Amino acid sequence: MADQGARALLEITDLKIEATAYPPGEPPQDITIVDGVSLQLQKGRVLGLIGESGAGKSTIGLSAMSYGRGGVRLTGGKILLNGQEIRTAGPGKLRRIRGHTVTYVAQSAAAAFNPAKKLMDQVIETSLQHGIMGRSEAEKRAVWLFDTLGLPNPTRFGNRYPHQVSGGQLQRAMTAMALCPKPDLVIFDEPTTALDVTTQIDVLAAIKEAIRDTGVGALYITHDLAVVAQVSDEIMVLRGGKMVEYGPVDQIINAPRQEYTKALVTVRQIEHPEKPADAPVVLEVDRVTARYRGTNFDVLKNISVELRQGQTLAVVGESGSGKSTLARAITGLLPPTKGSIHFAGRELSATLAGRTRDDLRELQMIYQMADVAMNPRHTVGTIIGRPLEFYFGLKGDAKRKRIQQLLDEIEMGKGFIDRYPAELSGGQKQRVCIARALAAKPKLIICDEVTSALDPLVADGILKLLQELQKVEGVAYLFITHDLATVKAIADSIAVMYRGEVVRYGPKSQVLSPPFDDYTDLLLSSVPEMRLGWLEEVLAHRRMESAGN
Amino acid sequence: MHPVVRLVAQRIALGLLLLIAASVLIFVGTNILPGDVAQAILGQQATPTALANLRAQMGLDQPYYIRYLHWLFAAMHGDLGKSLANGQDIATEIQGRLANTLFLAGVSAAIIAPMSIILGLISALYEGRWPDKVLSGITLAWVSLPEFLLGYILIYFLAVEYPIAPSVSTVYDSMGFWAKLHAIILPVMVLVMVSVGHTMRMTRAAILNVMQSAYIETAELKGLRPFRVILMHAFPNAISPIVNVLMVDLAYLVVGVVVTEVVFVYPGMGQYLVDHVAKRDVPVVQAVGLIFAAVYIGLNMVADVVSILANPRLRHPK
Amino acid sequence: MKRIPLLALIGLAITTAYFLAAIFAPLIAPYPMGATPGGSWQPASAQFWLGTDSIGRDLLSRLIWGGRITIAIATVATLLSFTTGAILGFTAAVVGGWVDQALSRFVDLIMSIPSLIFALVVLSVMPVTVVTLILVMGLLDSTRVFRLARAVAADIVVMDYVEAARLRGEGRIWIIFREVLPNSLSPLVAEMGMRFIFQVLLLSTLSFLGLGVQPPLTDWGGIVKENKDGIVYGVPAALYPAIAIATLAISVNLVADWVLNRTTSLKGGRNG
Repeated sequence: MADQGARALLEITDLKIEATAYPPGEPPQDITIVDGVSLQLQKGRVLGLIGESGAGKSTIGLSAMSYGRGGVRLTGGKILLNGQEIRTAGPGKLRRIRGHTVTYVAQSAAAAFNPAKKLMDQVIETSLQHGIMGRSEAEKRAVWLFDTLGLPNPTRFGNRYPHQVSGGQLQRAMTAMALCPKPDLVIFDEPTTALDVTTQIDVLAAIKEAIRDTGVGALYITHDLAVVAQVSDEIMVLRGGKMVEYGPVDQIINAPRQEYTKALVTVRQIEHPEKPADAPVVLEVDRVTARYRGTNFDVLKNISVELRQGQTLAVVGESGSGKSTLARAITGLLPPTKGSIHFAGRELSATLAGRTRDDLRELQMIYQMADVAMNPRHTVGTIIGRPLEFYFGLKGDAKRKRIQQLLDEIEMGKGFIDRYPAELSGGQKQRVCIARALAAKPKLIICDEVTSALDPLVADGILKLLQELQKVEGVAYLFITHDLATVKAIADSIAVMYRGEVVRYGPKSQVLSPPFDDYTDLLLSSVPEMRLGWLEEVLAHRRMESAGN
Repeated sequence: MHPVVRLVAQRIALGLLLLIAASVLIFVGTNILPGDVAQAILGQQATPTALANLRAQMGLDQPYYIRYLHWLFAAMHGDLGKSLANGQDIATEIQGRLANTLFLAGVSAAIIAPMSIILGLISALYEGRWPDKVLSGITLAWVSLPEFLLGYILIYFLAVEYPIAPSVSTVYDSMGFWAKLHAIILPVMVLVMVSVGHTMRMTRAAILNVMQSAYIETAELKGLRPFRVILMHAFPNAISPIVNVLMVDLAYLVVGVVVTEVVFVYPGMGQYLVDHVAKRDVPVVQAVGLIFAAVYIGLNMVADVVSILANPRLRHPK
Repeated sequence: MKRIPLLALIGLAITTAYFLAAIFAPLIAPYPMGATPGGSWQPASAQFWLGTDSIGRDLLSRLIWGGRITIAIATVATLLSFTTGAILGFTAAVVGGWVDQALSRFVDLIMSIPSLIFALVVLSVMPVTVVTLILVMGLLDSTRVFRLARAVAADIVVMDYVEAARLRGEGRIWIIFREVLPNSLSPLVAEMGMRFIFQVLLLSTLSFLGLGVQPPLTDWGGIVKENKDGIVYGVPAALYPAIAIATLAISVNLVADWVLNRTTSLKGGRNG
């Protein structure tokens, strides 16, 4: 392949991608998803595509296989793969390219593997079907890849079925599947987004090493700039289907030229000074233990934390740590088997049914998915108005005036009161949920992953709003999250949870300073930082430590 | 125990339990509901003595649960009692009829199963294009007609106007296989038409559902041939829902058979049941109802067992 | 006002026409229900648009009168099955626990026997009157409505907005009628069409078997029964009810399809 030296592996020029939208009750409309995007990728290099949801990054990634997902059409521009135009290529030619020259790693490997077939058969299928190598050679390569990617028992791993291995392992198996047929180009589509942060770092390191060892070119798609900075040589920033900025990773991270890129780089750098621990305690969770009905293990083990008036306690942990269960225990949805909960100077009944209307009113909740936290058949006015009516008996004009007041507080202004949730953006929906909670004049709001479903810039806006409201209303937050950047931005005190236990608890300054316990250390050091070489540093540090033991 | 064995055993036990419960329901339905069987048989003018005699003769003077247990144990030993209308032994009368009904249903099923799978596959492959639309239109018309009307339409056109098949499906024991087959052309057509519509649509939905999975996209992005994508990736996952639909719809043939037999005067279980319902012949209704329920419950059970066996998560536990 | 697709419009028009004909039968039927103005099985003519039946009654009039009874009984049975099925289904989903278990297992049991067989078993001992028919048809079918209503409501009950309402302290009435009902209406309305058709078919079948509507009243199934012997002589009288049932069934299907599609596109539009 000596003649490819000068030629780019992938060269996309002026790409235009369209789709047909079917708005209910209206005639179908053609919409442009990607407009005028051009890029170049050399063999052995990694290009990061970054943007918020709707930026068109996955669509561009798949265009390198000349594939449009769900009725998406590649309508204009050139896509040259090894110098050959593939946008207009016929199905026979595309079959030879897909899985051979270009392969794909999906965000959810759990869904992307066929549940009825063994992993090995799926990993080597492409190599056999395209006649790239024989079965024994392909299996040998697969085992080598399993080993390189750090999968346990590489020789026997392939005998398992997809549901028999963990999410992080599946994601690595998918990477092995993509690399097995020796492609020239691999498309990684948010390969670590669905993983916990401590798993993400291992998968990320494995992918980076595999790319280096096999010398393929890669398109790495993600919404997380800190992640893409670790694996890419170049980065393209996209927004609304258009290119914002395109350059070497060093320039994008350290010297962004466009305002939007600057915003992305500085996101989650909200500073929040810790408040002194002198306010009265509003919530006291005392040695609470809980388990779900019909199970035989405790999901919460002897949890004790307290939260002061007008302050924020962040509860941090990965999936399965029990942090959301703690919220359910406090709200009365899951009565604890042991321990007690004191709120605003009185002991709360363990069950929801035993609580007074004031107990319910003063303890409000905001959910992760604002989409399903609001009845789609109620207007914004009904949603915010119901607590006013229910707790304070407000009616008619007085109610409407108060609703508008609340809408002003969440910076939404006029004209929203008669709209339905479906007509709002993701950030607006979450704001309405905040207003509904505020309407009850609560002393405490439990925020369950309220920013994790939002794009980073929108999430920033919500966090700033919550802080503003805390100043004005003096409300306390119990903030449940898996995201340490959010914790740093908002917390006064922190509880780190791991497998149903609080492993570290105290004021923010204390929890985030050494000496650390093992888990907190692992958690803190796994959060990607927005600088070059961070991944290598962490890995080197961990190798040193394990060598020291 | 392997979880699959346990689940299958559970499902079979549940089927038996349902069958017992269904027998209670049938017994209760024919005994405790308002309306006196003896009165119904003898009419309003019956003398009290005649009523009392009939009740004693039918065992109606005993407590309900005793009568139920008697009935159930006798039924389990193959004794289904005697018909009130003609005093014949029900089990003997049923034998030949059951064979006839199974023949009719079996021939229909043998056509329905491959036909709906093939049509469903065609429909799914051409989703939204004309073959799909034509099939969906035709089958919508078919499922919108009750069996008996479809039967008479077929008789009118295929037995009277353009006679190619007999309008009355007379069969008797000494008939040859092909002669029997010729006699039941029209009833088989009716059963096929009313079932294929639904089965085909469900098969189509099952295939389309699987084809929308992420792993099918993975297979396409591997550059595999469409035939291999369907055969190796879609089919193993679609087989369980398809078999399920087939079994449930074959179970529904039980209902179709009853009416179709009446239309074509076919000497099967369905006609027997309807005749004796009109005569208020309770023992026959109980016996035939129980047999139909058993077939229905049995086929539904097979459907669930197939689903369990086809599920890779259950076959290969963690 | 949203645009209604042509097929749904046609379905809506035909369905409405049938219901109007049923309501105004006394005004539009050329002859009274039992009148015998002609001879047996006369062909279509200016006097008898569709000919006469086995004993000389005007077929068009019989169809209109029969349709009135078919539609009336099927409508009442559908309403009965919906009120019973939906209320019990919602209650099972919202209350949960043993109430849900008891109701669900009972429904499983009833559904383990095909409806027609069950109806035949019950009708073999009950006096066959219009009221019995409606009760048997309505209650048997309410099991299907129960399953649908319970499934739809169970999907909604786990939504965060229902949890939010419970945390607010709302009672069951608010949760069923303000949170669950508005979100389950469309699939239930679409199902209502399907259940109505099913009732029409079941009633026709029962009447055809001689166990449904009893003379002197008649319905479409009864008209088939009265005239089926004519078929072998080439008299199509028994086929007219077939056309009536088929057109009604297809029309209602089209309307139900449209209602269902509207719901799905509404869901799809949530992101937009």
